[in-house]
Amino acid sequence: MSDSLVSVRDVHKVYKRGSEQVDVLDGLDLEVPAGDFVALMGPSGSGKTTLLNLIGGLDKPTSGSVEVSGTRVDKTSGAKLAAWRARNIGFVFQFYNLLPVLTAERNVELPLLLTGLSKKERMKRVEIALDVVGLSDRRKHYPRQLSGGQEQRVGIARAIVSDPTLILGDEPTGDLDRASGDEILNLLQTLNEDHGKTIIMVTHDPLAAKRAKRTVHLDKGALVNETVAGAVA
Amino acid sequence: MRFIHLIWRNLMRKPFRTILTVGSVFVAFLLYGVLMMVQAGFGVGVDLAGVDRLITKHKVSLIQTLPYSYAARIDNVDGVAGVTHGNWFNGIYQDPKNFFANIAVDPESWLAIHPEIVLTDKEREAWLANRQGAIVGRQLAERFEWEVGDRIPLDSPIYQLDEGWEFVIEGIYEAGDETYDETQFFFHWKYVDETPGWWQGEIGWYVVQISNPDNAPEVASRIDQAFANSSAETETSTEKAFVQAFANQYGNIKAIVTSILGVVFFTLLLVAGNTVAQSVRERINELAVLKTLGFTDGRVMRLVLAESMVIALVGGLAGLGIIALVARGEIDLQFLPVLFMPSWAMALGAVLIVVLGLVAGAFPAWQASRLKIIDALGRRA
Repeated sequence: MSDSLVSVRDVHKVYKRGSEQVDVLDGLDLEVPAGDFVALMGPSGSGKTTLLNLIGGLDKPTSGSVEVSGTRVDKTSGAKLAAWRARNIGFVFQFYNLLPVLTAERNVELPLLLTGLSKKERMKRVEIALDVVGLSDRRKHYPRQLSGGQEQRVGIARAIVSDPTLILGDEPTGDLDRASGDEILNLLQTLNEDHGKTIIMVTHDPLAAKRAKRTVHLDKGALVNETVAGAVA
Repeated sequence: MRFIHLIWRNLMRKPFRTILTVGSVFVAFLLYGVLMMVQAGFGVGVDLAGVDRLITKHKVSLIQTLPYSYAARIDNVDGVAGVTHGNWFNGIYQDPKNFFANIAVDPESWLAIHPEIVLTDKEREAWLANRQGAIVGRQLAERFEWEVGDRIPLDSPIYQLDEGWEFVIEGIYEAGDETYDETQFFFHWKYVDETPGWWQGEIGWYVVQISNPDNAPEVASRIDQAFANSSAETETSTEKAFVQAFANQYGNIKAIVTSILGVVFFTLLLVAGNTVAQSVRERINELAVLKTLGFTDGRVMRLVLAESMVIALVGGLAGLGIIALVARGEIDLQFLPVLFMPSWAMALGAVLIVVLGLVAGAFPAWQASRLKIIDALGRRA
C-alpha cells in the first residue's frame, strides 16, 4: 500500500482500432498525495483523459496498477467499483453533463440517491454544496436557465456533495469564457486549500494549470515533465 | 421511492410522446376489457349455467317444435325434479335495431326453475294473474325507460297478428346472480298459444331441473330414450352445452377475441418498446453520467424498466378502471346486454400490464445497462 492518495504504477493502456493497436499510456507512473492539486497537460492524444479515466475507475489499464485511497481500482469491477466511485470520486466534466430535466438542486442530489440518507438529510447536504459554489439562489433553476459558468458550478456542487476523497476534472473550464473560467478555478482552489480536497484536473490552458500546485506534462502516453507552482520547470 | 422524481422527470422529458404512448396503452386495455366483456356476454350462461338444469329440444334443430304433452312425460322420468318450457318469439319493439330476447314461458314453473330471476311478491302475483302480462329485466327497462304498467307493442315477423301483440309490464326483475341477463322479456306462453292460428301446443324447448347434477348424462339419456322413434325425437344436453352451442352460432368468440387481442398487444408492445428505446437513445450521455456518479448497471436497468412500467401501469390501470366502472353499471355501454367482467379477466389484465411493462422495457433497459461510460461520453485519449 502506498502513502499517496493516488498511486499509478507502470500503467500501459492499449486500444484496438480495427486491426491496429494504439498505445495510449506507456508505462506511466504517477503519485498524488492527499491534498494535492495536479494539472495534467499535454497535446491531444497524449493520454491525459485516459489517465483520468483509469484513476476514476471508468476504464481498466492493459497492465500496471492503479490504487486510490487504498483501493486497487484496476482490480475492482461491477457494482463494487460503481459503489466505490460514488463514495470516493467527484467528477467535473467539460460540458457540465447536468440532466436537463432536473433542477439544479435535483442534479446535485443525484449522487446522494445512492446513499441511505433521508430526503431531509439529502436536501441539507445539497443546500450546503450549492452554498459552497454560491448558487443557493439558483437551486430551483433548470440547466437551460443557467449560464455556462453557473452550470459548471452546479456540476462542482454535484461532485462535492457526497464529500469524495478525490475530485477529477476533465477540462472543467474548457467550455467557458475567461471570466467564468476564472470563477471555476477560484472555486477549485478554494476546495483544495480551504476544504482539503485532492484535485486532478486535465487542461489545455496554461493559465488554468498555473492555479494547480503542480502540473504534470504527458506526451505519447508517458510523463515527460513536472512543474511545481512557483518553481521553474 | 428515492428515484420516483427522476423516473417521472424522465418520462415528462417529452410529455406529448409519453401521453400518446400512455393513451395507446389505455385504449388497448379498454379494448381488452370490452372484448372480455363481449366474450363473457356470449358465454354468460355457459360458465354459471345451472348445473342442475338440462335443455331438451327437437333433435333436428331448435326451430322444430316439440309437443306440449312431452312436459308431463319428462316430469315422470327418473331423476327429474321439475320441468318448464320456452318459445322464442322474435318480437320486435318499434325497430329491428332494438333487439332483445323475448321468450314465451310458463310463468310459474319458469320462475320456480330460475331462482336467478328476482321479483317482488307483488310483481310475481300480478304477472301470474295477467295473461297479457310480461316481466322485463332491469337493464332492458332502463334502456327503453319502461315502467310497471306500461303497455308494450311487439311485432313478430314469425307470428304475425293484424292488430299486433301487446303486453303489459307487470314486473321488472333483478338478476339474483351478476351473470344473469337483465335484458330479457318474458311473457305467458298461453297468451300466444291460445291466440287462434298460433302454436297450439307447440313448445320451443324444455328446461328440465334434475335432482342430482352428477347424474345429468344419465337423466338426459333417459329423456331422449323416452321419445326415441317418435315423430318428434329429442336431444337433451346440459344448459351449459346448450348455451355454448347457441353462442357458437356467432363463431368461435374466444378465438376471435384472442386473435384481436393478440394483434393489439403485439402492436402495443412495439409502440411502447419503441418509445422507451427512443427515450434511452436520446439520453445515452445522461445514462453514462449516472454510471459515472456511481449508479450500477443494474440500477440503470431498473430505472429504464421502471419508466416502461409506469407507462404500462398508468395506461393499463386507467383502461381497466374504466372497464370496472362499466361492469359496475356506472358507465353505460348499451351494445353489451350483460355487463360482466369476470374477476379472472381482471386479474389477467393486471398480469398483462406487468408483462407489457417488463417486455417493452427489457431490451432498452438491457442496452442501457450494457452502456460503456467512456464510449458514451466519448472519453478516449
